[in-house]
Amino acid sequence: MHRSESAVPLRPFVELTGVSHTYATGGTLAVDGLDIRVNEGEFAAVVGPSGCGKSTLMKLSTGLQFPQAGAVVVDGQEVRDPVKIAGMAFQAPTLLPWRTTLENLMLPLEIVEPHRSRLRRHKAEYVAKAEALLASVGLEGAGSKYPWQLSGGMQQRASLCRALIHEPKLLMLDEPFGALDAFTREELWCVIRDLHARMAGTLTVILVTHDLREAVFLADRIFCMSSRPGKIIAEREVAFPRPRDIEITYKPEFSDIVHDLRGRIAHARSTA
Amino acid sequence: MGALADFLLTSWPMALVIGVVAYIAYLLYKVIGASALDRTKLSLQLAPLFCTIGTFLVWELLCKAFAVSTFVLPAPSDIAIAIWQFRRQIGFHSFHTAWMTLAGFGLAVAFGIALGLLLGASRFFYAGFYPLLVGFNSIPKVAVVPILVIWFGVGWLPAVLTAFMISFFPIVVNVATGLATIEPETEDVLKALGASKLQIMTKVGIPRSLPYFFGSLKVAITLAYVGSVIAEYNASRYGIGNLMARASADFNVPLLFAALIALAILGVAMYMATVWLENRMTGWAQRSSFAAT
Repeated sequence: MHRSESAVPLRPFVELTGVSHTYATGGTLAVDGLDIRVNEGEFAAVVGPSGCGKSTLMKLSTGLQFPQAGAVVVDGQEVRDPVKIAGMAFQAPTLLPWRTTLENLMLPLEIVEPHRSRLRRHKAEYVAKAEALLASVGLEGAGSKYPWQLSGGMQQRASLCRALIHEPKLLMLDEPFGALDAFTREELWCVIRDLHARMAGTLTVILVTHDLREAVFLADRIFCMSSRPGKIIAEREVAFPRPRDIEITYKPEFSDIVHDLRGRIAHARSTA
Repeated sequence: MGALADFLLTSWPMALVIGVVAYIAYLLYKVIGASALDRTKLSLQLAPLFCTIGTFLVWELLCKAFAVSTFVLPAPSDIAIAIWQFRRQIGFHSFHTAWMTLAGFGLAVAFGIALGLLLGASRFFYAGFYPLLVGFNSIPKVAVVPILVIWFGVGWLPAVLTAFMISFFPIVVNVATGLATIEPETEDVLKALGASKLQIMTKVGIPRSLPYFFGSLKVAITLAYVGSVIAEYNASRYGIGNLMARASADFNVPLLFAALIALAILGVAMYMATVWLENRMTGWAQRSSFAAT
């Protein structure tokens, strides 16, 4: 049960040290004294009861919010602006209905440099890249369709593609599979697993979720948060070798980890 | 040019009748040629025609049965005769009403978009100007016409300005709403890519507010029409409103009704033109019907 030799280099990529944050001055803290360290290339999951400040954590590590206390360091630099190397996907696919799926994918390229200035002259190259990405998540030929002509699962796949098209170093996922049925969700677990594997070592993923099985199946490292104000109450590594098959979710070792995490969160809830 | 205008003024009612008859014939032809399943669908297209003609028939019969004087309520046949008799005047004044309405409407669109963008993009201006706008909008515009007459005299300008003032409000509100209600998550996705406020506006805000904008045009064109007719009634030498003011001074009731019919036809035409534009520009927002085609 040890990680293979192609293990990721252990350079911290996202580091939150003693981070506290509140949205309204004088209001209750959303997160309190967070300490999180995610290494480069790692797949981290943050689990916790709803309203525990998981989304705040996402906003802090992408520079959409700045902490009132403590430090957020991403890729060796303290975060002062939106980080620009991040891709994001949410529970709602947030695709733009007036753009086709392909045009939705191209959106980050119209904003992020160096793609923005290259886009017009190298259009064909980028379209080919976007179509290849769509194909890799099982959406061959869906590029010309509008998002509302796709099913919920397909929209979410397209949303993942949009988060990855500009080759971000950091992928933030905020309960991306929360609104999907159980079968589609498992399919998408495998999609995201394969996307992460293909960019071995260069893509750091932080997945916020309240689905413990999802976290254990996908992540190398899991952080458990307490209810509001959010604190890290446990951190554990998941050492299952990669690539992981969906079958491992039915093994007793897997259930043990899920059970353990569940116990810790339940404990945090009862003492809150 | 003069000959063409003359021809249009004298023969527009015939052109209208020929157009309507041709449309009915076309629909009937399609109904006869269609399969039984499509026939129910097509008969829905004919329904407005049947109901309209039916209403006018009932009106005609009631007037004849109770021998209502044309001075009180002219029968549709009397109105038709009046339309034919005064077709040159009605055509002339309708043309003026149409262009004055469209001019005011055009100003309202330009001004409404500009102010809507400003209010939608800045919370300060939204909070600051909104009460002022509501206050201005609640003034009955007929009360402003005398001021316009003092400023500009009797003519086309008061009508255009009244049409403008009465119709820009819904455009402002809708454009601002479309911009101000961007989903926070979409905004986060773009901000995390390093998008500027201007980029968020052009990539998401403006396309997103287009359905709101085109929706508001339907309301605005109707209001602009009301505005220009009100001003014509009080402060113009041209326009259907002015024609009606003079007809009522002459107690020419059939002409009054003929002018009302002309107003209705013109209003429907302008409304339908905006609906057509809306469907063309923002088909993606009308998903069910769009997906079906």
